[in-house]
Amino acid sequence: MRQETLTAAAAPEIGLDTFLDGIWKENPTFVTVLGMCPLLAVSNSVQNALAMALATMFVLVMSNMAVSLVRNVIPSQVRLVAFIMIIATFVTVAEYLLQAISLELHRALGAFVPLIVVNCIILGRAEAFASKNPVIPSILDGLGTSMGFLLAIFTMGAVREILGSGSFLGFPLFGDNFEPWVVMILPSGGFFVLGVLMLGVNRLNAWLKAETR
Amino acid sequence: MLRTLIGVAAVAGTLIVVVFQLTLPTIKANKAEALRRAVFDVLPGARKVVTFKLEEDGSLAPLTGDDERAVKYYAGYTEDHQLIGVAIEAQGQGYQDVIKVLYGYAPAEQHIIGMKVLESKETPGLGDKIGKDRVFLANFDKLEARLTEGDATLQHAFEVVKHGAKKNPWQIDGITGATISSKAVGKLLNASAPRHLPPVQKNMSRLKEGK
Repeated sequence: MRQETLTAAAAPEIGLDTFLDGIWKENPTFVTVLGMCPLLAVSNSVQNALAMALATMFVLVMSNMAVSLVRNVIPSQVRLVAFIMIIATFVTVAEYLLQAISLELHRALGAFVPLIVVNCIILGRAEAFASKNPVIPSILDGLGTSMGFLLAIFTMGAVREILGSGSFLGFPLFGDNFEPWVVMILPSGGFFVLGVLMLGVNRLNAWLKAETR
Repeated sequence: MLRTLIGVAAVAGTLIVVVFQLTLPTIKANKAEALRRAVFDVLPGARKVVTFKLEEDGSLAPLTGDDERAVKYYAGYTEDHQLIGVAIEAQGQGYQDVIKVLYGYAPAEQHIIGMKVLESKETPGLGDKIGKDRVFLANFDKLEARLTEGDATLQHAFEVVKHGAKKNPWQIDGITGATISSKAVGKLLNASAPRHLPPVQKNMSRLKEGK
């Protein structure tokens, strides 16, 4: 987190890079490895993964904005309490909205919507970025980071649903002869896919680094 | 310090209350709609539903408005007001958490004619088949639920047997790999049916009338 603060302070102009950093260079899943709990738990289908990513995006952008707005009036001793209160508020709002949009989706996500409160990505961004930067960059940072999370959880959801249920977004992809790899939609499948994806991303980053050198 | 915290809390609280009030009608409508759809699912052929409530003296009375604590019986009728059956909610402990189901009972034939899982947290891919597996759900298209003389209790309790071992009309063909979850469904039906089917039989005239 300290390094992030430094980069944020070192770069005077904040714009597109703030947004893009969250997607790849500081991807919350593959680089900072935060928010593993929802990532592993609800990536068993594309639909669940997308719903989780959008709920997280809503909470992250709104809380980043709110934290940034009040950053100058919150005494630093109580900042974490105040941040958590802000985050919890938006999570509660997100939960009601989700229930109003689709009860089925709310049921599928189960306990993981309220648990967005303790998603380290969100408190991490509030503390490392939004509490030190103006509103617009904070919103951009929230959008970028949640896009990074969406990218990761969507990939996991797609791999797990295609292999584990033989479908994509609920549409069957293969004929009746396809035997689903049930393990993929169970928790252990989540760890397998995450491990393989992390290996891939790290390899790719190492290769990119060697290329630029 | 205290003032800031109180300020943040006040704004947060107001926001939550506003959103709660705004979304409440939609959420309630969604829940009612989900239940209504489930009632039509477990009572094939039904076009209209009248909700009844079990009174303390054991009689059934039509429920107007909403009563969250009441034991509800959803009577389904055809277009020309013939009683098809009654849908009843039941719940019991599953493998992970409580399983909630809705089942349809045809009082004339004394059969269960449909079952739908409303809520379950059974293992995806294994236990959650109780709500998806077509062979398992076909058990409940016609499952004998005959009451004893005098409508006291079930003649035969439901019995979950190994897949393919079903011999009697009151037996439920279980799912291989989801033994605990299939048995849980049998168990919760066994707990619910002896309690809720006798009032249905005793109040048949009321139910047929639909008022």
